[in-house]
Amino acid sequence: MPRKTSKTHSADAIDWPAAIHSALKSQRVRQVSYVPDAGHKRLIELCHADKGMTAVPLTTEEEGIGLAAGAWLGGERAALLMQSSGVGNCANVLTLAATCGFPLLMLVTMRGETGERNPWQVPMGQATPEALRLAGVCTLRLERAEDASAVANTAAKVAFEEQSAVALLISQQLIGVKSFEEKR
Amino acid sequence: MNALNRRDVVASLLERRDGLLVVAGLGAPAWDCTAAGDHPLTFPLWGAMGSACMIGLGLALAQPKRRVLVVTGDGEILMGLGSLATIGAQRPGNLSVVVLDNERYGETGMQKTHTAYGIDLAGVACACGFADSRLVRTNAGIAAVRSGVYRGRGPLFFQIKIRPDALPLVLPPRDGAHLKHRFREALLGEKAAAQ
Repeated sequence: MPRKTSKTHSADAIDWPAAIHSALKSQRVRQVSYVPDAGHKRLIELCHADKGMTAVPLTTEEEGIGLAAGAWLGGERAALLMQSSGVGNCANVLTLAATCGFPLLMLVTMRGETGERNPWQVPMGQATPEALRLAGVCTLRLERAEDASAVANTAAKVAFEEQSAVALLISQQLIGVKSFEEKR
Repeated sequence: MNALNRRDVVASLLERRDGLLVVAGLGAPAWDCTAAGDHPLTFPLWGAMGSACMIGLGLALAQPKRRVLVVTGDGEILMGLGSLATIGAQRPGNLSVVVLDNERYGETGMQKTHTAYGIDLAGVACACGFADSRLVRTNAGIAAVRSGVYRGRGPLFFQIKIRPDALPLVLPPRDGAHLKHRFREALLGEKAAAQ
């Protein structure tokens, strides 16, 4: 579910979405699927603008797991962008990664953490790391902008070189909190 | 009642298949594809219901010069109807989807699916921007399906009405890692598949 945030970045802030985009490029990711999140807004725009990538908007997050499996069968690498509520939509289709050993690289922006203003986001946000673990997905954390490149590269290497399922959880503290106060 | 025999339909589509890449949805469509001949370039699903079309899309985007066919059932595709919208947004010219529609969940006791209640899958695909979407009820229509699968400008959608027969199981290998490896090796070669 798309959202907006009130976070403003200072002029010298590290452009962590660009660092993730660079990491995806250097790891030869060609298909990037997503259900939008405000935290992924810039990365989604970078992927759409990149002629070496195909950006694939999804109707629901689990579609991206099938897409990634098909990409791998065809010799391409894929990444899947979502917010933490979308993890709840993925449970059964994660079977593909668990039983076939398909590489899966999920980039998950977190809701329901520090400063969350929408109580309906809290249960799934809080359950996200454990839900992924139960489904056999390894989780990594991105807390600080300066770590984005290293952590994204590590996540991609674990996914593609070890043919395993990895979710990089991007902290709400890094993304900012939706205020529910901006004008529509 | 002039609905078709599912095994005959699939055999017609997969004979002389050349370089066709096939994704087979879970249940009877996977058994039908196996009955037509187990093949390394067929990826049969034993689970992940609702995902067949998306696997086909990922494959079609990765291999734009190859023809890709998804063979699945009405129950399977109903679980992933949104994927038709996602395919429509990408419009891959090399992708065809064939739905073997018996209006039943055949693996679980022949309960009616939504198509038995008149839900129009071909209409959904048409509304989602597929280049062509047809309902096929006769053997004469299968030749056009075959022509579309091998030469048509996609994405194409064919909803083929079949009889709700319970046919002998013809099972593909169950080992998902093996199915994945053999597909990549046959498509990409031994060296690329290992990377």
